[in-house]
Amino acid sequence: MRKKVIVITILFAVWIALYNNLERLTDLLVYSLIQLDKEAPLTSAIHFFIYEVPKVLLLLTLIVFIVGIIRSYFSPERTRKMLGGKKHFAGNVMASTLGIVTPFCSCSAIPLFLGFVESGVPLGVTFSFLIAAPMINEVALVLLFGLFGWKTALLYMSTGLLIAIISGYIIGRLKLERFVEDWVYTIKAGTTEIAEEQLTVSDRINAGIEAVKEIVAKVWIYILIGIAVGAGVHGYVPENFMASLMGKSAWWSVPVSVLIGIPMYSNAAGIIPVVQVLLEKGASLGTVLAFMMSVIGLSLPEIIILKKVLKLPLIFAFVGIVGSGIIIVGYIFNILY
Amino acid sequence: MIIKVLGSGCMNCKTLEQRTVDALKNLNIDAAIEKVTDYQQIATYGVMRTPGLVVDNKVIVQGRMPTVEQIQELLTSHAA
Repeated sequence: MRKKVIVITILFAVWIALYNNLERLTDLLVYSLIQLDKEAPLTSAIHFFIYEVPKVLLLLTLIVFIVGIIRSYFSPERTRKMLGGKKHFAGNVMASTLGIVTPFCSCSAIPLFLGFVESGVPLGVTFSFLIAAPMINEVALVLLFGLFGWKTALLYMSTGLLIAIISGYIIGRLKLERFVEDWVYTIKAGTTEIAEEQLTVSDRINAGIEAVKEIVAKVWIYILIGIAVGAGVHGYVPENFMASLMGKSAWWSVPVSVLIGIPMYSNAAGIIPVVQVLLEKGASLGTVLAFMMSVIGLSLPEIIILKKVLKLPLIFAFVGIVGSGIIIVGYIFNILY
Repeated sequence: MIIKVLGSGCMNCKTLEQRTVDALKNLNIDAAIEKVTDYQQIATYGVMRTPGLVVDNKVIVQGRMPTVEQIQELLTSHAA
């Protein structure tokens, strides 16, 4: 245990030193060691790539580690217990917030939905959770923070929360319970014993390390490709290339981006570098944000899975309400910025 | 010993099944593994995160991917 703490402290010190000197190291490597021409577009692309890749990976490792530890305190069972009996608005707020910290994988969406509904968590509150959990996650926040700064990350998080809260609230108010497949409400979770895991601090640190291994192993390649594309575009594609298509003046671009985003499915790591390119080339923030939320938050595979427990009217209501929320957020940002 | 692997057939469930087979082989236990893919049935075990591993009606793993060694440990401690 003590050894683990020492190792982590040393690693953290190395992390800080590296992160704070990244720009200097990149300059040194690109301009002094390889001696590339400062004015050439290729140099600018190479510099961008060499600087951004370690920066994003460093941020990702740290945040995923911390979130991994935080998540070890929140299990779906505990979240469900906290949400049971919560009514309307307060329940929606709580469910959306818990959606950020509770471990969630879209392949578990159905068992989780069943577990919530069966134990008496209201339908609208369950939806708040199911909307927030995939849309707002640590990978998305890290990438937004790393590439656009903390304001954009915070903006994304707060508007995502807002959409989850309000959409869940509306779904709850519309009383759509009759559009849940009938068998769902007849399930009685059996008397099966579930071993309650007692975690020590050491276990929680391990959970953080496991999370880093798992997530970084899964997303590093997307980040690499994304930043490489970004670097290429950074150096070569003219500024404002996207302005006429996804700029502020194109009012229709927000709904069109959302519609295009729904059948597309990608995780945050895959889509954010694309987002960066779009933004840099003149697309407006609201349009790009709406596109990103639609790709991550609403996806065809997820909808097909949900069909097993929800009847069509409820699926349409879900997609319609969340989609409208995203469109509104897109317009608001286009007006504000 | 009745062993069930819970999961709708995603990659994780297949990996867990394979690891359980390996663990049983290492321990020289002869037990049948049953796959539970139906959501309705999974829910009756109270499992909210797949993949899940159930031994004699007791959920010993859910929502994570244990190593072969960890499964062996869980199985031996369960049998004890």
